[in-house]
Amino acid sequence: MRTARLAPVALLLPSVVLVSVFVYGFIGWTAWLSLTNVNDLMVNPVRVVGLANFTRLMTLPRFRIGLENTVTFSLTFITGCLVLGLGGALLINSTVRLEGLWRTIYLMPMALSFIVTGVVWRWLMNPSSGLNLLLNGAGLGSLKSGWYTDPGFGIKAIAIAAVWQLSGYTMAMYLAGLRAIPAELYEAASVDGAGARQTFWRITMPLLMPVTLSAVIVLGHVSLKIFDLVIAIAGPQGGPAFSSDVPANFMFQTVFQANRFAEGAAVSVVLLVLVSLLVIPYLAWSFRRGIGW
Amino acid sequence: MRIRVMGWGIGVVLSLVVLSAMAQGGGKLEIFSWWTTGGEAAGLLKLFEIAKRQQPGLEIINATVAGGAGQNAKAVLKTRMLGGDPPDSFQVHMGRELTDTWVVTGFMEPLDDLFKQAGWEQTFPKGVLELLKGSDGRYYSVPANIHRANVLWYNKKAFQSAGAEPPKTVDEFFQVADKLKAAGVTPLALGDNGIWAATHLFETVLIGSLGAEGYRGLWTGKTDWSGPGVRKALDAMVRMLGYVNADHAARSWDQANDLVIQGKAGMTIMGDWVDADNLAKGVKDVGWAPAPGNTGVYDALSDSFGLPKKAPHRAETLNWLRLIGSKEGQEAFNPLKGSICARTDCNSKLFGPYLQWAMEQWKKDAIVPSLAHGAAAKESWLTGINDAMSLFVTGKDAAQAQRLLTAAAAEAAKK
Repeated sequence: MRTARLAPVALLLPSVVLVSVFVYGFIGWTAWLSLTNVNDLMVNPVRVVGLANFTRLMTLPRFRIGLENTVTFSLTFITGCLVLGLGGALLINSTVRLEGLWRTIYLMPMALSFIVTGVVWRWLMNPSSGLNLLLNGAGLGSLKSGWYTDPGFGIKAIAIAAVWQLSGYTMAMYLAGLRAIPAELYEAASVDGAGARQTFWRITMPLLMPVTLSAVIVLGHVSLKIFDLVIAIAGPQGGPAFSSDVPANFMFQTVFQANRFAEGAAVSVVLLVLVSLLVIPYLAWSFRRGIGW
Repeated sequence: MRIRVMGWGIGVVLSLVVLSAMAQGGGKLEIFSWWTTGGEAAGLLKLFEIAKRQQPGLEIINATVAGGAGQNAKAVLKTRMLGGDPPDSFQVHMGRELTDTWVVTGFMEPLDDLFKQAGWEQTFPKGVLELLKGSDGRYYSVPANIHRANVLWYNKKAFQSAGAEPPKTVDEFFQVADKLKAAGVTPLALGDNGIWAATHLFETVLIGSLGAEGYRGLWTGKTDWSGPGVRKALDAMVRMLGYVNADHAARSWDQANDLVIQGKAGMTIMGDWVDADNLAKGVKDVGWAPAPGNTGVYDALSDSFGLPKKAPHRAETLNWLRLIGSKEGQEAFNPLKGSICARTDCNSKLFGPYLQWAMEQWKKDAIVPSLAHGAAAKESWLTGINDAMSLFVTGKDAAQAQRLLTAAAAEAAKK
């Protein structure tokens, strides 16, 4: 009887300990670091300086630009993935022929790492190669762009590569959602004389809402954490005038290039708060519905 | 059963490894660098060859981390040093990158005895000796080579057909640029992908505006960043940026040099690794001159090696450092690397025409530390300047740039 009660605790304990040290412990350590003066390799004595690192961050143009870029990136990337994903899912759901093949083709990019995607797209979007040559050849020379080397385009170029990579995944989510909608609902709707448009807006879309929300959460935290794709495409400096820079990249540069550990920790804390703002409401919502992760 | 057999196997292999290490008798030496390709790697291997000849049985661990300007390598090095697992010696830019990152923080051992024994106070120029010293006046690293940053490279044919001569001053630069533009050639090639090439160009403009003494003062606090000299340099830089190739943000320094080689651009201002690039590409009709307004000033950077306090193989490392600074070592390494010796007594016949010219200048010019390559300012300051440049090259806002540069200098002066 006692062992039966202790067994789950014993089984959970290792992971609880590991997670509390290596996840929450280090989050706490980072938060503490962000309040200190450790802005060099060796600082003696270490002092708590309050929010000084955060106030200095606010004065740095690079940090502000990075935050703005994150918003632009998230909007472009999430919208792109949702629209292309839903469109692809609807098409595949309606045409039966070679469905497995199409699904695989669209899902394949997800299997690549962001670094690989980044290197490929860096050459595709290089002003003197790739897409620009294609556009030229197709007689669409006026659509040529500097892509990530054009300060006005910047982060949107990174978003294009990210959409390419993850819209297939979004499609797979929507496809699963579509298949889960009971056929009776459609039958009932057609009996009631609903048209294709009405069926789509009144049945398909509302029942896909949970899928859309999950997709937004998954894509949203990817877009807040995006780092490797920016490094691979625009480089560690984040393109001209930081037009492709993101806070995660700025944090890496601050810590490992400038040795400003406390300031880098402050950037991490800001990022953590932003991710929490997105994830915590979702967790609360899904727990209340009893779904969990 | 299978596990036991495997255990035996591992045991046998391990003891063989130990035995063979013992049989060699020689020590070990781990050298950390980002020299992975071309002439750099060839030069490094040549040094290893000599070291092995001098110390029979020496096992050298070539710990390289690839990546331009050592960006990845420096991050790896930091985790190793802070984790108490330093390599025996590592490549580091002479000057503030060494002193402010590693000496001030107490990770390095002074090398005064080695300098005295080897007589290096007589063989290295004074300007270099100053840069090798920590704030306590002791020597902390041995320079393997010297690169020159402030060189103007120009396409001889393009200059001929435009009727232009290499510009000596900043004013002449703009006259030449207009002539080239009229001849249908991009006047100045720039490849500032990753921004450091823009900082590199700016440091030569700063030298042109402030002179050697004024430029040195920027790093000691004697020259005011918010003063008219820096403003003049920023204004000149804005004008220069009007003459560069449109796709400069997409190109690297060597891709910018390609524009000069192909005659699509007239000139580029870059360090003397361009010479090695031109030689490798078999290019002959590219000439060189000091950057505009930089005559008589040698804007220097150097790869140097030091001795970390916790180096596991101290004796072998001291021998390695002795080799790096010796005439034999420098004459073996530098012709391959495409740089000149830090010593002034190397045989110039071993070097190509550009390097012979550079050796002449090295003996008589005023030596100043390069900003973009870690000699002039500590890493956090350089990062701040690079960030200011990143905004400046695109926005061309001289007032904002001066504000950011002044703030970066003030932040760096804080203790």
